[in-house]
Amino acid sequence: MAATLSRRWVLSLFLVLSTEIVFRSKAVVEEQRREEEFYEELLLRPLPDRKVLAHFHFESRAPPSASNGRHHHLFPKAISQLVQKFHVKEMELSFTQGRWNYERWGGFDPVSSRNAKPPGIELWAVFDAPQGEIDACWKNLTHALSGIFCASINFLESSTMYSAPEWSFRPASGNLRHGFLPREAVCTENLTPWLKLLPCRDKAGLSVLLDRPSIYRGFYHSQRLHLTSNGHAEGGMYSGIFLEQTLTIALQPSSRGTSLSYSSERNLQPSWSLSSIFGRKVTGRCVVAKSSNVYLQFERDLVAQLKNLENHGMNNKSFGNYLSKTDYELSINPDVVYQEEAKGQGKSPSVLYEFSIEKYSDSQPFDLGLKWKIPVIWSCQQAPLHGSRFLMGSGNERGAIAILLRSTASNEDLGTNGGDECKLQVDIFQVVPWYIKVYYHTLQLFVDEKPKATGDFMEKIHIVPSKDKISPGVMEMVLKFPCSIKSAAIKLEFDKGFLHIDEYPPDANQGFDIPSAVISFPDFQTSIPFPNHDNKNSSNLLSIFQERSPVLSYTEVLLVPLTTPDFSMPYNVITITCTVFALYFGSLLNVLRRRVGEEERFLKSKAISESGQLHMLLSKLSAKLRGKAWEPSQPSCSSTSSMISSKLVMKVILVAAFAVAWKYYLD
Amino acid sequence: METEEKKKHGGVRGQFWRWLISGTVLRLILIYCLPQNLHFSSHPEVSTPLTSLRRLAEGYWLKQSSMSPYSGSMYHGSPLLLSLLGPLTVKRIEGQPSHLLCSLLFVVADIISALLIRSMGQYLQLAYKQQLELLHLADKSKLSDTFPSGDIAALVYLWNPFTLAASVGLSTSPIENLVIILSLYGACKRIIPIAAFGWVLATHLSLYPAILIIPIMLLLGYGPDAPPRKLLLQKGRGESRDTRFSGVCCHKPEFVFSWGPVIHFLFWASLLSVYVFVLCAISVKQYGSLWEMLQSTYGFILTVEDLSPNIGVLWYFFAEVFDFFRDFFLIVFHMNIMFMILPLAIRLNHRPCFLAFIYITITSMLKSYPSVGDSALYLGLLGLFLDELADMQFSFFLFCGYVGVSLLSPVMHNLWIWRGTGNANFYYATAMAYACLQIILVIESVSAMLNHDRKLRSLSLKKRLEKTS
Repeated sequence: MAATLSRRWVLSLFLVLSTEIVFRSKAVVEEQRREEEFYEELLLRPLPDRKVLAHFHFESRAPPSASNGRHHHLFPKAISQLVQKFHVKEMELSFTQGRWNYERWGGFDPVSSRNAKPPGIELWAVFDAPQGEIDACWKNLTHALSGIFCASINFLESSTMYSAPEWSFRPASGNLRHGFLPREAVCTENLTPWLKLLPCRDKAGLSVLLDRPSIYRGFYHSQRLHLTSNGHAEGGMYSGIFLEQTLTIALQPSSRGTSLSYSSERNLQPSWSLSSIFGRKVTGRCVVAKSSNVYLQFERDLVAQLKNLENHGMNNKSFGNYLSKTDYELSINPDVVYQEEAKGQGKSPSVLYEFSIEKYSDSQPFDLGLKWKIPVIWSCQQAPLHGSRFLMGSGNERGAIAILLRSTASNEDLGTNGGDECKLQVDIFQVVPWYIKVYYHTLQLFVDEKPKATGDFMEKIHIVPSKDKISPGVMEMVLKFPCSIKSAAIKLEFDKGFLHIDEYPPDANQGFDIPSAVISFPDFQTSIPFPNHDNKNSSNLLSIFQERSPVLSYTEVLLVPLTTPDFSMPYNVITITCTVFALYFGSLLNVLRRRVGEEERFLKSKAISESGQLHMLLSKLSAKLRGKAWEPSQPSCSSTSSMISSKLVMKVILVAAFAVAWKYYLD
Repeated sequence: METEEKKKHGGVRGQFWRWLISGTVLRLILIYCLPQNLHFSSHPEVSTPLTSLRRLAEGYWLKQSSMSPYSGSMYHGSPLLLSLLGPLTVKRIEGQPSHLLCSLLFVVADIISALLIRSMGQYLQLAYKQQLELLHLADKSKLSDTFPSGDIAALVYLWNPFTLAASVGLSTSPIENLVIILSLYGACKRIIPIAAFGWVLATHLSLYPAILIIPIMLLLGYGPDAPPRKLLLQKGRGESRDTRFSGVCCHKPEFVFSWGPVIHFLFWASLLSVYVFVLCAISVKQYGSLWEMLQSTYGFILTVEDLSPNIGVLWYFFAEVFDFFRDFFLIVFHMNIMFMILPLAIRLNHRPCFLAFIYITITSMLKSYPSVGDSALYLGLLGLFLDELADMQFSFFLFCGYVGVSLLSPVMHNLWIWRGTGNANFYYATAMAYACLQIILVIESVSAMLNHDRKLRSLSLKKRLEKTS
């Protein structure tokens, strides 16, 4: 009996224990999933015009958590507070110097359509707040961001500076606010706070490469911060936040080190290494980073060209052998080589080399180098239409904005594929400041250089006309062109406004900026699908490459000179104008009350007769009162004088009454 | 202006129709032959933010795309004008210049205005002559029928380069002028519904004609322009004394303010303004409220929001003045119009038409967005008082000044805006000169009119003395 009891007890204990263990292990797994994570990656890509694109990608994740939501291990606290306080659902802030060259650096890959930004500052945010509070949230957000990033983002607070695009920028039902600051200069004071958000700052990991002189020497420099929060915090649960920080630089490697002859050197792409373009080497990973990788990408066309060259050189080696080839040489063996999953027939896939820097340290720094052996010429893949924008007209009274879309090579392929039914959808989003008074009824559309009715191609249009000193003009358009289109142009006429002298910036004659227009092609999705060898966590950049996002491009910023008044004249203008008004008022009043000598005599006699009439009335009255018949009496001198004196007395009394009333009111 | 008129007056009477037709033909020729690259319609002298047809077309486009025409700050005119002119701006006839229909409408408006001015002038002259005959002054004064002032005024209005510019330059001021003239015509001829209609529409279109209610009421109450009432009274008294009547004022009913037509007018005016408001409310109902409309029409006029240059003086002033004084000066400048209403009405109450002319001149000088169309109106009306203002001083100087300013102003604008060699001050100086010219015109014409009354008084005095002696 006792034995069976004891066995039962042991069994039950075992059961309890085992369940506990199971639960605990589950909890451990959950905790692991909920841990904050940080990834760092760097993508390098040779560009066709002898430049190198370096794209740093840092990602932080703060999972939704109930208890310790206010405390973070890795995630920047400033950002999480921002998200919680201003109900930010999604936000992107970019600081850009220079212009992304869409024709040379490409416009049809995930890097360019996500990271090619207009010059200056662009900020957009989607809020998870009721409609009435969104504007207030936006204003507070701009102030907070301008504090965090040492930039004048707070200028976006004014309602003339931001807009609420409905659908052309990105689908967000009225919760989106979007603002440009094209003239904002971007420099290290904006980069330092941006780096502060990283757990390792620029002390360890890939961010060590961010040597200020070398990155600001680049042709294009864009630092971007993109954050997404998983919806609204509910019942004490703080929402999870996903923060993506990228820095995209186009650098010109110096080609001094090569020892080739001059003639061939001209055609040869410059060889470079991390230390030659950044002046630093990676001395190891950021220890809190979950993964830190460096990628080197060869684009489709480059790979195709290399293949061609190989075929010409009778080199029958398979493409699998990537190192020490006749064409180029990598200084370090890649850990993994990804090849894009081929989707089209005859198209060569792009190739991605992955280098993990976990095994490198101070003693053995990571310094990836690429050395070209033979000259190769290729081009980047471009968006179906290349958009550019320019001003027309001269003088400071009126002008016209023209947006020109020209087809690129990739569009031609598409036209042959699609046939007649093929339609090319183009979304245009343009914000115009209020002092550019656009006449939207003058919208003209030229397709293949012939004027066409707008209705034939315009699918949808949404216009918010500008209100003076209140809101900018917003134009959103969906155009559908046949794929065989060569060029399309949109022209809008405008009048230039005139501002108050206080509204001009200090250098008024420099002109005013019209922020970039956003041209997107929603039918075209940029994605480079690489087969996933590893588990998902290790390749964030690859998963972003795989994400389908619409092709997006920004046009140039336009500079409009506006007429200026004379800034030194306010006092003169005020005094002269007031003098003219005084002249009018005074002389007209003078003319009206002027009497000529004859009239004055007449007036005197009239005064006498009037007082006589009064006297007459009085005597009439008294006569009536006395019940006697009234007799007209001749007005005598004495009576008039007495009347005048009584008038005088009346006047004195009136003035005294006025004075008393004045005194009374003042007290 | 006088000289201009004098040049024309010989034989004008018979040739009126010929001149009218040639004026029309000239307009049509200008509409067809004016080169498009002249951009006549975007000159600040011709079209203001209120009267520009281009802005009206923008408003109509917004309305057609189911937005409020007032949603941007482009259109600031009346919704009724929008529904009248809007369709015409869109309609194109193949091979014809754009906006042809609008231009034709403006030409028609100009011709109707000229005809109304003519018949008004004829009526005024007839009435005035009767009054003078009553005073037995007709032979003594130099007035005779050699000056058909109605014809001259109509031709001055029609042939004035300012009117031509306004009607060819696609601004809506010909229509505004037409309704103002219509109200004065109605009041002169005592067609009360027309007077009320004109006044309500003019006020609705450009707000400033609201002050014309005083001359219109005086016109209806006292009748058209007459010599000072006192003279007639004295005359009446003298006659009564001669005929030894016992009553003092037997002629009184003639000079008493008759309230009947005035109340009639007020009734019509209130009825029509309610009607206009209802029409406006209906036309803006789909897109916005009546309040929005009032804000972007009357509010825009009163707060001088648009600082683009024009021939007035307010734009540069408000572009330069310190922001915290802005409200103060807005009040001061609008008060300048209001302050002069009463003194002028008291002094000139026997000449309501002239009073209306002076009011129109003052408003076109001090209004927030003046254009040459406004000047065209008062210069045309000036012709009506040709006889009375014959002794006006500085008329040649004024004529030269007008010519000079109208030549210099486009040049200065071009130097400043297009070539960039000039400065805002250059253009502002011409605007100042123009304001001074208008001030001189107002002051001289008022003093000439008062002097004329003085002359009549002394003449009648002499006459009486002669009679008594």
